[in-house]
Amino acid sequence: MSTALRQTPLHARHEALGASFTDFGGWSMPVRYTSDLAEHRAVREAAGIFDISHMAEFFVTGSGAAAFLDHVLAGRLSALPLGKAKYSLVLADDGGIIDDVIVYRLADERFLVIANAGNRDAVAAAFAQRAAKITDVTVDDRTDELALIAVQGPRAEQIVLSTAGLEADDLPGLGYYAWRDGSFDGTPVFVGRTGYTGEDGFELLIDNAQADALWDALLSAGEPLGLVPAGLAARDTLRLEAGMPLYGHELSRDIAPAQAGLGRVAVMAKDDFVGKEGLLARDLTDAPVLVGLTAEGRRAGRAGYAVRGPDGTPVGEITSGALSPTLGHPIAMAFVKPELAASGTVLTIDVRGTAVPATVTDLPFYRRTK
Amino acid sequence: MTDLNSLSYTEEHEWIERSGDVATVGITDYAADKLGDVVFVDLPAVGDTVTAGDVCGEIESTKSVGELYAPVTGEVVEVNTALDDDPSVINSDAFGDGWLLKIRGTESVALLDRAGYEAFTGGAA
Repeated sequence: MSTALRQTPLHARHEALGASFTDFGGWSMPVRYTSDLAEHRAVREAAGIFDISHMAEFFVTGSGAAAFLDHVLAGRLSALPLGKAKYSLVLADDGGIIDDVIVYRLADERFLVIANAGNRDAVAAAFAQRAAKITDVTVDDRTDELALIAVQGPRAEQIVLSTAGLEADDLPGLGYYAWRDGSFDGTPVFVGRTGYTGEDGFELLIDNAQADALWDALLSAGEPLGLVPAGLAARDTLRLEAGMPLYGHELSRDIAPAQAGLGRVAVMAKDDFVGKEGLLARDLTDAPVLVGLTAEGRRAGRAGYAVRGPDGTPVGEITSGALSPTLGHPIAMAFVKPELAASGTVLTIDVRGTAVPATVTDLPFYRRTK
Repeated sequence: MTDLNSLSYTEEHEWIERSGDVATVGITDYAADKLGDVVFVDLPAVGDTVTAGDVCGEIESTKSVGELYAPVTGEVVEVNTALDDDPSVINSDAFGDGWLLKIRGTESVALLDRAGYEAFTGGAA
């Protein structure tokens, strides 16, 4: 393992829990603690706690902050109400995707942008390059000072409410994709109600120095309720079941938002934003589009496997795939020719030489019951 | 409890237990841990002939696919059909109920003893 891999402030906790580690976006991250299937099920049935401190946090401040984000992101963040969060995209000039991000409005002139670990430098560069064009905006990358802990699952609210030392007003009244200030033993903690699992849940942002104590307090409160530490393997199958894209798989510089079903995220009615001209210039008529695929049996198609039409000709490629732990059958996301993207279309996946029938299915594969 | 010192090992992370001219084959707990939760096993059929060093099956986990290399040349005399219903036993009991297949034959790939295998895996096994 490369010594250049970065470690989160919770690394010693993961080692003590017996985690296996993987390189993810330049960070040494827990891939699983015991069993990724057990961790996946815990999140669906009770709750899981994830260290996602590798993710990047950019604070955007100033009287020009809203105008800046309207320019550098595909969405209209100036319209985001205080206290709310929104999913958005950083686009390249040609309309390809540099990253997908969550934006929180912290104040009229202050926003928090959470970006993927592996794209931190690319987002920082894109922001720096474009900040020069806007008056009075400051971008502050605080990733190295902050820990981010996610508690996800149907019991997440109960766990966060019962965690000793953690205070925040009326969390049951906090809606999905909203946030609130709280405190943990006197330290400020940012509580966002978002996630990447398809379940209800929270993401808690706190100074590195308090990360261990918050992790321990959440685990203590949650263990009687079935909370388990969960790694990136479970996180990946959870987000796949929920039909959520993962940068580097479903999203890349070669993909326009509309191909990945994210056309609505790019607000073309905005006067101007980075990537708008590129998107307008694109003819996506024949461009591959993202679909869900389901199959029978237990042999899953995986990223990079070919998707073929009824006559055996290649029509696309899988970007993510697994045997769905919740559904019990193989699921995948794939880019296929647009004329084959209708729900119910039968295709085949080339599983290492075996043609496995697969049916185009609406995303998500799994939706929680409210 | 299997005496791990009584088994032979391959550099493909398989273990072999000899009984006469029949070798019982499985993967090590080290390999099972690296794979993650096993969800599907594709094994040769009873009666098939396999060749030492060649791929003879697949072991899939939630995250990856591992190829199974035949450690011994010979005829497959039994496969662990219980794995069809519950492949997770490979994770929970790699050296016992998680065995994969039995091959009649004596010609094998280069084998390691327990100490040799532990050295091969850097002591992590």
